[in-house]
Amino acid sequence: MTEPTSSTRHASGPADGMPALDIRAVSHAFGTRKALDDVSLTVPAGSFTALLGPNGAGKTTLFSLVTRLYDNRSGAIHVLGADVRRRPAEALSRLGVVFQARTLDLELSVLDNLLYHATLHGIGFGAGRRRAMELLAQDGLAERARDKVRNLSGGQMRRVEIVRALMHRPRLLLLDEPTVGLDIASRAAVVALVRALVADEGIGVLWATHIIEEIGPGDRVVVLHRGQIRASGSYEEMRARAGGEDLSTAFLQLVSDTGEAAA
Amino acid sequence: MTPARFRLPLTGYVIVLTGICWREALRFLNQRGRFLSALVRPLVWLFIFAAGFRSVLGVSIIPPYETYVLYEVYVTPGLVAMIQLFNGLQSSLSMVHDREVGAMRILLVSPYPRWYLLVCKLIAGIGVSLLQVYAFLAVAWFWEVELPPVGYVTVIPALLLSGLMLGAMGLLMSSVFRQMENFASVMNFVIFPMFFASSALYPLWRVQESSLALWWICTFNPFTYAVELIRFALYGQFAPFAALVVAGCAALFLAASILAYDPSAGVMARRGGPETAK
Repeated sequence: MTEPTSSTRHASGPADGMPALDIRAVSHAFGTRKALDDVSLTVPAGSFTALLGPNGAGKTTLFSLVTRLYDNRSGAIHVLGADVRRRPAEALSRLGVVFQARTLDLELSVLDNLLYHATLHGIGFGAGRRRAMELLAQDGLAERARDKVRNLSGGQMRRVEIVRALMHRPRLLLLDEPTVGLDIASRAAVVALVRALVADEGIGVLWATHIIEEIGPGDRVVVLHRGQIRASGSYEEMRARAGGEDLSTAFLQLVSDTGEAAA
Repeated sequence: MTPARFRLPLTGYVIVLTGICWREALRFLNQRGRFLSALVRPLVWLFIFAAGFRSVLGVSIIPPYETYVLYEVYVTPGLVAMIQLFNGLQSSLSMVHDREVGAMRILLVSPYPRWYLLVCKLIAGIGVSLLQVYAFLAVAWFWEVELPPVGYVTVIPALLLSGLMLGAMGLLMSSVFRQMENFASVMNFVIFPMFFASSALYPLWRVQESSLALWWICTFNPFTYAVELIRFALYGQFAPFAALVVAGCAALFLAASILAYDPSAGVMARRGGPETAK
């Protein structure tokens, strides 16, 4: 079967300085309901960017457009320079995604879930098995490889989903509220795993959340509310907006309907 | 500098097909109840319905039969097609389920073309239906439904074509229905009418004798042609008109379902994707 190199070749990095994700002036509506309105944001390579927004802000719609579950009808989305609409294969081969809803097959084993994902990216069974075991070992889940997913805890399932998203060596990782429903310890483990990926492997991460505690110093923050970007900048800049108060205060000011939208 | 043209490796297409078929096989093996019900359903028809109606429903000598046949023999091709019909339904039901639980997204974010992924799903479904059909034919053989040995081989292309048509029809239905609950109504309004208003249980000339309107319905029912294609193939014969109709319908259903799942033109884009967008 094919070695991972055949897949990792096209998942390999872009030219220096190219953002992992570049979204420009994207709007989207379902019928008359506008879900996104002129959204622009950038995720630099090797950065942790938090997409912060309350429920219904449009985060999942944005993820659906980036992963081309459906096409954006206005604006442009580039994944490491590849236009998602015009060059979808190139764009999709370079990104990994963890959706908000659990997407593992509960009746299959951990390894089988990972192998299935590998084959969908053109990685053969032999190479896929080696890659899966390598990633599971790194994440301390190797001994659960043969277990049915149904028997894992919620936190372990999330970690397996992250491992799955890394199977084809993406350079951009999208995570849509990955810690929802997890206890404190599991949430910390998931956050630590992703932060290590940014630090050690230079993967660009877009982390959608409404949990402010998951964002820390050095992170980039984009605030999305009612389909519009209300603000974007570094963690420190966002705090400064609230007069040096914590990020929660800044966030509440930004999503307040009486507040003025800021660029 | 112009970036090098990106191209997915050809071997990758084979791997994707293998992976989707492998997962379908794993799911099938994990769901023994599914296999049993797929086998029991036609056997109930064969053992009870056909045996009961053997003396009531006489079947004259019509092609491809060269002599009078038992009613059990007559209904066997219809029951084979019924297995494929239900399998197509089962496959699309699992796609609706996958969409509800989000697993569909994993398939759709593959870098390989979406039409190809859907065709792979169809092929995997057809493979499963072939297993079910041969298991049924094996049991039927002990029930005096002995077909010409060559028929067990010549029926394969017919099964592939009819499986493609019925699978594509299921795929199309799965794009229309958003929830499993909605899908249950398909049984009453699509599956059963398709089966009963066809040549599966009685020859069309008998239908024409009793109701001309029903005969017209049966004549326009694509399932009738799937049944006849299989019936002739089981006797080593080719039914060109039936093959043409089945191939045409398969192409039509497949094109419509590819369009329905298309990220730019599909119904999902208008409705909010595989799961309701938040």
